Amino acid sequence: MSTTAVAPTTGVNYLNAQYGIRSWLLTTDHKRIALLYLGSVTFFFLIGGAAAVLMRLHLIEPQGALLEPATYNKMFSMHGIIMVFFFLIPSIPAVMGNFLVPMMVGARDLAFPRLNLLSWYVYIVGGLFTLYAVVAGGVDTGWTFYTPLSTTYANGNVMAAALGVFITGFSSILTGLNFVVTIHKMRAPGLTWFRLPLFLWAIYATSIIMILGTPVLAITLLLVALERTFHVGIFDPALGGDPILFQHLFWFYSHPAVYIMILPSMGVVSELVTCFSRKRIFGYSFVAFSSVAIAVISFLVWGHHMFVSGQSVYAGLVFSALSFAVAIPSAIKVFNWTATLYKGSVSYQAPMLYALGFIGLFTMGGLTGLFLASLATDIHLHDTYFVIAHFHYIMVGGALMGYLGGLHFWWPKMTGRLYPDGWARFSALVIFIGFNLTFFPQYILGYLGMPRRYAVYPEEFQVLNVMSSAGASILAVGYLIPLVYFIWSIRYGPPAGPNPWGAKGLEWETPSPPPTENFEEVPVVEEEAYAYGEKEAHVV
Amino acid sequence: MSEVRSAALAEQFEDLDQQHEASSLGMWVFLATEIMFFGGLFAGYSVYRGLYFPGFDAGSALLNVKVGALNTALLLCSSLTMALGVRAATLGKRRELATFLVLTILLGLTFVGIKLGVEWHHDYLEHLAPGINFAYEGPNARAVELFFVFYFFMTGVHALHMVVGVSILAVLLWMTFRGRFGPERYNPVEMAGLYWHFVDIIWIFLYPLLYLIGAHH
Ligand code: HEM
Ligand SMILES: [Cu+2]
Repeated sequence: MSTTAVAPTTGVNYLNAQYGIRSWLLTTDHKRIALLYLGSVTFFFLIGGAAAVLMRLHLIEPQGALLEPATYNKMFSMHGIIMVFFFLIPSIPAVMGNFLVPMMVGARDLAFPRLNLLSWYVYIVGGLFTLYAVVAGGVDTGWTFYTPLSTTYANGNVMAAALGVFITGFSSILTGLNFVVTIHKMRAPGLTWFRLPLFLWAIYATSIIMILGTPVLAITLLLVALERTFHVGIFDPALGGDPILFQHLFWFYSHPAVYIMILPSMGVVSELVTCFSRKRIFGYSFVAFSSVAIAVISFLVWGHHMFVSGQSVYAGLVFSALSFAVAIPSAIKVFNWTATLYKGSVSYQAPMLYALGFIGLFTMGGLTGLFLASLATDIHLHDTYFVIAHFHYIMVGGALMGYLGGLHFWWPKMTGRLYPDGWARFSALVIFIGFNLTFFPQYILGYLGMPRRYAVYPEEFQVLNVMSSAGASILAVGYLIPLVYFIWSIRYGPPAGPNPWGAKGLEWETPSPPPTENFEEVPVVEEEAYAYGEKEAHVV
Repeated sequence: MSEVRSAALAEQFEDLDQQHEASSLGMWVFLATEIMFFGGLFAGYSVYRGLYFPGFDAGSALLNVKVGALNTALLLCSSLTMALGVRAATLGKRRELATFLVLTILLGLTFVGIKLGVEWHHDYLEHLAPGINFAYEGPNARAVELFFVFYFFMTGVHALHMVVGVSILAVLLWMTFRGRFGPERYNPVEMAGLYWHFVDIIWIFLYPLLYLIGAHH
């Protein structure tokens, strides 16, 4: 760092308190660990993204333009495994959660700082196993590891990949545990549950899912490994096992896991919408409790992934009804965000553009989830591109937009620097356009009957596929722009000051970047969250 | 903060009470994940027991109920000694704490010894180890094999937890000798106690599920 670039307003902070690689690799400071995670999830995002680029290039032609069919299978498997387990699940919790949970509760650190560092190492070890599986020749099971494909027919790398996912699971468990304990036990004086920022409610609900869901995935993957190693029939019907049991166990985790991915983003959006509307959130307790409701109900709907698997019709009916129920709390949130915008003094800075993008795209994804949750329509739509479009609208249009929105919002806090707002708004727009061009055609493709996970397709689907691939290249550019200006801003960005957005919340009451112990003295909280408009406290 | 901070107090906490509450809550949350972990296994077990009851019945009959009962008794005693150890720790009685830790460790090791050295060894010699040397003549051979898959896996995972528990207690014992515990600082002992009791409770479920299926005959 050049001497002239040191922010003049701040003295010692968590970034310059210590130097050297050791001070990073052995740190127990939650803020530094957040940055370690930021670097590593970005790395995995780029790898997963590269796989997606190859897939979309391949699908430009009906017969496939690029890859062998077997390689194509490995691409979508690697893409799914890396994006779900190594990018999206850790993204907001491990990066922003780590950075913000202690600051938002007004504490010096998480309850168990060393455990926090351990969770990063566990994540890295899991990631290495998975990367090994990729380098050693890849797996072709999809991210779902369905049996008996994974236990009997797939190649041996599936063991390394499954082990990688198994190990990383413990990193989420430890992170969730740390958050739950911190939020329960370390809130600053005056910070009652109903004064908590909604981001914390969302992170809390997410942590509950991580804690209760992930161990089930762990045991399921162990059983897969057992069946594979000893050739005993747990899931393989040829050996006397039951493949449907695998699907039950897998989705018992993996449906709630989709809420691990979206809930934190919802939390971010609640912060952004209030800040950039300069208004209290509409219906605080509804938004807060809807997070908890989502966490609870999400454990009861896994069977909607198995409507055509041969599970009983009555089970299907119940799962369908419950899936409709889980959409209600999500809808409540969307309603309350829009009601917050109403008559607010809305400003369209970059984080807010991402937040608005989230609201629109998430709504599309959620509503199409209802098509899939209806027994009759799902028979037509199951395993088609409609499902792909559904979950990408939520996971990429929703969760990833929220992640980027949050990153743009808290970047000045994390680094003490401002990024160029014009470029940031531009990239938000590029991403929104590229995203819709990529995934909207997939709804139509799926509706017309194009199945997912195929390397070739009939001629008449080509136009829509080319549109989708074109959109994907725009989207890729949209993601690379922030990468460039974020890195640029670390060195050349103007100093941000403690509160560039005039936002409410404890994290804004300390310098940017914050000192190692976060606050000079323990803050005392005397007002509700989002007390915007009471008196305009900070003018930038 | 000008007041003197106790040496036992970690930097991120305000006072010892907060630290104590945080670590207990952390332990309980961890045990919740453990319940879900074993829960997946119990769910699988229940499904197959329902589907293949005769095979599970026949498999269970091949286990030695008496040895299982002996092990159950050993574990229950170890929970008692563990609880007494925690009490000694809260009262700051170091010698007593050391004694109870040693007893608990010995009971735990005996359990694992019997489990692996006697029972597993015997099952292996009887050709009951699926994937290694399983050979069973009789009806429902597949289901009997599945029973033994679950038997070995569940008791194996449980035994692994016992070994982890014993190692933790060994560390605590060493810390006790180094004088690390006193009436103000006994948190680690209490947490280890919670874990130990949890592992015992898992066994309380495993024993009837695995050994007593056919007991009504
Ligand atoms: C609004 C509530 C939601 C409903 C009612 C819903 C419904 C469904 C249904 C019924 C399916 C199965 C479709 C099929 O395979 O035929 C499905 C698939 C999927 N959904 Fe959702 N969903 C909802 C929200 C979400 C969220 C929030 C996410 C992610 C953040 C998500 C991610 C996924 C994924 C990844 C799949 C595909 C899994 C696979 O087979 O690979 N969904 N959804
Ligand atoms: Cu689902």
